[in-house]
Amino acid sequence: MAEIVLDSVTKQYPDGAVAVRDVDIEIADGEFIILVGPSGCGKSTTLNMIAGLEDITSGELRIGGERVNERAPKDRDIAMVFQSYALYPHMTVKENMAFPLRLAKVDDATVEKKVRDAAEILDLTQHLDRKPSNLSGGQRQRVAMGRAIVRSPKAFLMDEPLSNLDAKLRVQMRTSVSRLQKQLGTTTVYVTHDQTEAMTLGDRVVVMRGGAVQQIGAPQFLYDNPANLFVAGFIGSPAMNFVPAALEDGTLRSALGDVPLTDRVRGLLEGTEAPREVIMGLRPEHFEDARLVEDHVRSTGATFTNQVDVLESMGSDKFAYFSLSGEQATSAELAELAADAGSADVPGGGVSLVARISATSTAVVGEPAEIWFDADKVQLFDPNNGRNLTYRG
Amino acid sequence: MAGIGGAVTTGRKARWTVLNVLVVAYALFPVLWIVSLSFKTKETLGDGNFIPRAWTFDNYAAIFSTTEFVRALVNSIGIALIATAVAVVFGTMAAYAIARLDFPGKRLLVGVSLLIAMFPQISLVSPLFEIERGLGLFDTWLGLILPYITFALPLAIYTLSAFFREIPWELEKAAKMDGATPGQAFRRVIAPLAAPGVFTTAILVFIFCWNDFLFAISLTSTESSRTVPVALSFFTGGSQFEDPTGSIAAAAVVITIPIILFVLFFQRRIVAGLTSGAVKG
Repeated sequence: MAEIVLDSVTKQYPDGAVAVRDVDIEIADGEFIILVGPSGCGKSTTLNMIAGLEDITSGELRIGGERVNERAPKDRDIAMVFQSYALYPHMTVKENMAFPLRLAKVDDATVEKKVRDAAEILDLTQHLDRKPSNLSGGQRQRVAMGRAIVRSPKAFLMDEPLSNLDAKLRVQMRTSVSRLQKQLGTTTVYVTHDQTEAMTLGDRVVVMRGGAVQQIGAPQFLYDNPANLFVAGFIGSPAMNFVPAALEDGTLRSALGDVPLTDRVRGLLEGTEAPREVIMGLRPEHFEDARLVEDHVRSTGATFTNQVDVLESMGSDKFAYFSLSGEQATSAELAELAADAGSADVPGGGVSLVARISATSTAVVGEPAEIWFDADKVQLFDPNNGRNLTYRG
Repeated sequence: MAGIGGAVTTGRKARWTVLNVLVVAYALFPVLWIVSLSFKTKETLGDGNFIPRAWTFDNYAAIFSTTEFVRALVNSIGIALIATAVAVVFGTMAAYAIARLDFPGKRLLVGVSLLIAMFPQISLVSPLFEIERGLGLFDTWLGLILPYITFALPLAIYTLSAFFREIPWELEKAAKMDGATPGQAFRRVIAPLAAPGVFTTAILVFIFCWNDFLFAISLTSTESSRTVPVALSFFTGGSQFEDPTGSIAAAAVVITIPIILFVLFFQRRIVAGLTSGAVKG
């Protein structure tokens, strides 16, 4: 067990492409940290550098206080779980799990005991003599985990370990990974592109984009205080709504109407060089059917009326989709998020908006509905550099 | 409906069976004919009967009583086995490097090895003859093993690198993470998975060396290194007027046996889908 420190770590390939730029992360002993971001953001490269599977171009990597840049993977005492599981097909489950111990020349009795223990934790005892090809996806995933935990390494590295499982099993395995990590208390670095996994699993989350760290923090903090447009749009499902707006005399003008800035927002904006044109960000849960909002609450926000395009009932709440007239919010960050989600080519003029409203709402598809939103929860972003103007760091 | 479907299937099956029998008969008939010849007595050799009227083992006894054939058999087995072993070992290493590493000149290396495999062997025979005489390799085992390796290596590299490419690279990374040195990762993870490829290659290379006639006849002159295909061509009867057909037939049958054994022995190890289950498929 040990802490892992990345000190301005950079990875540049011989062809000049920079995969990871100046990454600083301090991972505490026993911490569960998530690297999250769209594909190509450098998260896997970062993990491979910690593992020793890729060289570090510049910067320093310390595990347990010692510089390990030049050490081979086998001398770093860390275990890795691969996305494809990478089980040895010619060995049984038992041999697969015993392999790291055999290489470490552990005596037979200890190997037997450790493999038994790991198999028990992972519920694999009855499969020990089977070959990986005869196992289900979930079982293979557990064998891969077992191979990592048998030798009690200093740290676990996991490269999208759940992405090959079907949705239901993934949720199930997510909780067991979390439980296992708490039980073992081993420092864990977990790579995923799934923001739900990032939110639910980690003690802290590192959001990456284009090889650079965007923000590091506890999941809830990132959700409430995104440092920029990219983090705001990436964390949260459904994603935050972005509406172009203009700041004029302490009033926010947008397709949602004119809203006076609340004291909190005004306070946060003070001292920042806020441009006139901004992007307003609002989480879906900060909307509500205006008829269900009590009067004294109503005054803290604003309302707008628009036709409901689509209404999805989740049982516990309803998701209402609107198309507002006017220009769509544009910025490099939002374009990248859209490209990652595959929605860049989806046609649809104007601003689309998702509101999570109460299940008791009587809103009807195709009819106009009056929607209230909490003006105090508004986040404002600079469209030029994506910075959150209302960031409370 | 089911009846019609069944009829179609049966009809199709019958057609395929007839076709298969025809092809197999066409391919095997010469082999069976030579087997038949090898069991005929001198008097019945030319009678044109497929099944010998008088059976005899004299032809086999005759070839094994001469040092000419026995010695050639030893040469053939020795030379083919050594050449195969060397070609497979070097081929494995080279193919692994080609499949896994990016090094300068990789494309050139692959290109050149392909070129060698396509080079007409006949055009090399005269220079090789001169070179081997100069170096004192003429009419030695080594004198045949070297050219065999040269021509077998490209074949080995090609077959093996295809197999190596099939092995997920992540397995090697996993082995490294599990604490293996590159050597251990190769020996304990990659090599066992590449085994079917290695055996396939071994069979192909062995057959190539075993069947070679051109190099063997050009680069040997005595029993000390002459291989069976060449020895066969030197068979003569007991006297000028004796017909060696029976002996040649017997020898031809004998030299097909090692090939059949070799293939049967290794075929069992060529288990398809050995890598299944390694990664999510």
